[in-house]
Amino acid sequence: MAENKHFDLVKVGFAEQLKGGVIMDVTNAEQAKIAENAGAVSVMALERIPADIREDGGIARMSNPKMIKEIQKMVSIPVMAKCRIGHFAEAQVLQSLGVDFIDESEVLTPADEANHIWKHDFKVPFVCGCTDLGEALRRIAEGAALIRTKGEAGSGNIVEAVRHMRMVQSAIKKITTLGHDELVSYAKSNGSPLELVLYIKENGKLPVPNFAAGGIATPADASLMMQLGAETVFVGSGIFKSEDPEERAKAIVMATTHFDNPDIVSKASEGLGDAMKGLDIAKIPAEELLQTRGW
Amino acid sequence: MVVGVLGIQGGFSKHKEMIDSMGYDTKIIRTPDELKKTDALIIPGGESTTFLNLFDKLDLEDAIKEYSINSPIMGTCAGMIVLATKVDSINYSPLGLINIEVNRNAYGRQKESFVDKVNIELNNRLIKFEAVFIRAPKIVNYGSDCDVLAKYKDDNIMVQNNSVLVCSFHPELTGNNVIHKYFLEKFM
Repeated sequence: MAENKHFDLVKVGFAEQLKGGVIMDVTNAEQAKIAENAGAVSVMALERIPADIREDGGIARMSNPKMIKEIQKMVSIPVMAKCRIGHFAEAQVLQSLGVDFIDESEVLTPADEANHIWKHDFKVPFVCGCTDLGEALRRIAEGAALIRTKGEAGSGNIVEAVRHMRMVQSAIKKITTLGHDELVSYAKSNGSPLELVLYIKENGKLPVPNFAAGGIATPADASLMMQLGAETVFVGSGIFKSEDPEERAKAIVMATTHFDNPDIVSKASEGLGDAMKGLDIAKIPAEELLQTRGW
Repeated sequence: MVVGVLGIQGGFSKHKEMIDSMGYDTKIIRTPDELKKTDALIIPGGESTTFLNLFDKLDLEDAIKEYSINSPIMGTCAGMIVLATKVDSINYSPLGLINIEVNRNAYGRQKESFVDKVNIELNNRLIKFEAVFIRAPKIVNYGSDCDVLAKYKDDNIMVQNNSVLVCSFHPELTGNNVIHKYFLEKFM
């Protein structure tokens, strides 16, 4: 196995155990139980799902600790929670609550417009969103143990997650074709730490797992992201904004496990109620896009 | 010889990397038909509730039980939980292929996860091993047909019977393949 100093045994080792699964957004203990019974590998505890944050407006912050504790009591699977970008005090609170993974997330209103959290300082692992490879590598340099695409949360539209995953994958391929003499210039123009660009040149992949988020609403969406290289999917509004969350949750779990078997994805997609309605990205005003938060 | 790694969810890719590097033919297993074409099976870490939920839906429960009559199985972390005879606070029946009683998440949540050196007895030799415990389970009881191969403080962390080897930690993460080697050589 190649030496990978970003492979923190306990943090990245934990992210490895979440592969091939579905992580579901839940807003209360009852939804968390539904998610667990459907086969979720983890739940993301948040007060409002992204679709509602988008609709309600206002400042979106870390969830109430009381709600997180209720969810922790209800399920045995790992519980994740979100803090605002750069809000290390929220992250400290989440760590003290014993949250298993912290998502420094663009879905909440950013607390710092210049700096993300220095995640090496924490015992609890972090997941961060990215829109391209440079952003992914900056987050890994800060200590993220897991990367996910940002997609466009709460949109029910897969197009942005696909764009971000393709951006990451094609940049990885490109780096493997560059000569060493071209890598410094590549790192400079993409704002990527050179040391991590060198890692990719050698290994052809990120040093931490790479998951997908932001717009997954159907079993086929999950299969698509897995086939594009995601190793697990986060489903936010897609489940609890649909007509029959329980059945949809089970169907997305099945489609993620068997993402490369269209017969099973087809069977899982049968007889589900309506998916969430979804938004055309072009009709979302630029200042309301969530994916442009963070850098 | 073909080694199957159960890949319905969990830490299967690191197990596969390790066994590939040892020169075996490795297959990721997601269906009973795929399982039949292998000579040994590894059930990785991951979420035991997700595993047992999917075993039921994918007809893997009976398939694995039948498989174990003639073929060896290794289970790590959640893989150990699903192979046990008794598991605390869980809505599903485990496979019952090794006579142990297990408590899940017995060391606490992720912030209590840790790495430490342990002694493992393999083929009558004590070997130092860097063990990674991630939201790890504890073996709280075991039957007379089981041998304990390793302890951490007062806890039994690695146990075997005639055809099943389990451990509560993650031997696939550190790059040291002695446990995989032991399993594939001793149990075949």
